[in-house]
Amino acid sequence: MRFQFVLGEVVSGLRRNTTMVVAVVLVTFVSLTFVGAAALLQAQIGKLKDDWYDLVEVSVFLCPEGSVSPTCATGEATDDQIDAVRQVIDTELSSQVSKVYFESKQQAFEAFSERYPDGYQGTQLTADDMQASLRLKLTDAEQFAVVSDVLSGRDGVEIVEDQRAVFEPLFRTLNVATLLAAGLAGVMLLAAVLLITTTIRLSAVSRRKETEIMRLVGASNLFIQLPFLLEGALAAVLGSLLAGGGLWLAVRFMVSDWLERSVDWVAYVSEVDVFRVAPLLVVMAVALAALSSFFMLNRYTRI
Amino acid sequence: MIRFENVSKVYARGARPALDQVSVDVERGEFVFLVGASGSGKSTFLSLVLREQRPTRGRVYVAGRDVANLSGWRVPTLRRQLGVVFQDFRLLQNKTVHENVAFALQVIGKPRHVIRDTVPEVLDMVGLAGKGKRMPTELSGGEQQRAAIARAIVNRPQILLADEPTGNLDPTTSLGIMRLLDRINRTGTTVIMATHDDEIVNEMRRRVVELSDGVVVRDEARGGYGEREAILPDVGASPVLDAPGSGTRAPVQTVRGS
Repeated sequence: MRFQFVLGEVVSGLRRNTTMVVAVVLVTFVSLTFVGAAALLQAQIGKLKDDWYDLVEVSVFLCPEGSVSPTCATGEATDDQIDAVRQVIDTELSSQVSKVYFESKQQAFEAFSERYPDGYQGTQLTADDMQASLRLKLTDAEQFAVVSDVLSGRDGVEIVEDQRAVFEPLFRTLNVATLLAAGLAGVMLLAAVLLITTTIRLSAVSRRKETEIMRLVGASNLFIQLPFLLEGALAAVLGSLLAGGGLWLAVRFMVSDWLERSVDWVAYVSEVDVFRVAPLLVVMAVALAALSSFFMLNRYTRI
Repeated sequence: MIRFENVSKVYARGARPALDQVSVDVERGEFVFLVGASGSGKSTFLSLVLREQRPTRGRVYVAGRDVANLSGWRVPTLRRQLGVVFQDFRLLQNKTVHENVAFALQVIGKPRHVIRDTVPEVLDMVGLAGKGKRMPTELSGGEQQRAAIARAIVNRPQILLADEPTGNLDPTTSLGIMRLLDRINRTGTTVIMATHDDEIVNEMRRRVVELSDGVVVRDEARGGYGEREAILPDVGASPVLDAPGSGTRAPVQTVRGS
């Protein structure tokens, strides 16, 4: 009885306020799309970084089997060569290097498998296709040149790589894009809150008589306010679902179908990531509606 | 049933109190007329009973509860024991008579079968049998007020508050409404009715509480409406309406010609 009655009130409220409700749906749709885009951009950054990225600045890749580099003439780096390199790091570079991690081929393979569970570009690799490396954390990231000078050309060292030089500009771009999306999302969210507030107020005013009678015959606060709450929440959730759908379409057609085919060596965000973000958007929508309702209802439908 | 203990209500700081040290005790099953000029505090009295307002000072007890100190979430429970009727009926225009009465039960969560049984019974009692499907606009003023009364009593309240229920009705129709209120009172419901209608008060001979400027000036067990001022003050033959306040002939103004 109660449930049916409340539902009827919600439906009639939505019908009475159709234009406003559509506006709420659209504004939440757009704002949450920006929120979702920001989240996906961050997810993309996460995908580009490997496990070492936040930990170290320099990767010293040790000679794999069959390398053509002159320092690798003796074939795969031996334990002795590795020990020698570590020795140099511990003595000559002790003031520049603060931490050293050793990643064996097996460990590299495990990390790799985790990032590319389906194999890389259609080939199944094994631990032997991996490359052992020393990962260095520097006391000062600017000291890369010194470290590179000392370690390059030693036996068993194939190449010394400044990790950040490769990805940093890209990450900066992605981070700026994230900020932009988040900023726009903020503005739109504010608009959404204001709009939901206005919608609820309109709805409350247009149902003033009903509300007054309800108060007088002793309907509980919750019962009086529930239809308004549900109206706002329903519109907002609809908007968030649209946002999720929009993001899914964008990832599906722009990233998976297009980007992944043109630039295929990068791990991109996938539809799975969208499904991870979408519930958050719904939760945000509900929170948004709850927040605005809270303000409104205390002013317009108090007992 | 209702007790006011030295109740004062001041709306704005420094303003004259709407009620000033009012003490009234209404027994269960009583029928009380609340009379007095507009602005004498009748509506404030009723809204304090309904806990739409809290008293500035003093205590208000309704059905054994200290209403002034009632916490907000208990107010609905209090109001379920009260029925209210207004001068302007306040029916929902987009609902039929039946739906209007049922609405009062729906919103307090009564089960459907209770509503199905109770509403026609109450409509029958107030004399609207067979008119449940009409819209409020299709009813006469008296019938609309009957519908409003049906809505007020459908949950069998212990107290019925009526704020000038006959104010919009002609004398004959008013009489019918008064008979209905009397009948409701005879079933044990306490009725408090604020009114300006001296004929009704004089005819019913029930308890009369008269307010004037927020003070109880009279509380009679079987009272009449009280003295009314004459419409035209007795100032002799002079045409007072032409010269307000003076009672003398207004000086003749000469119109200056050009």
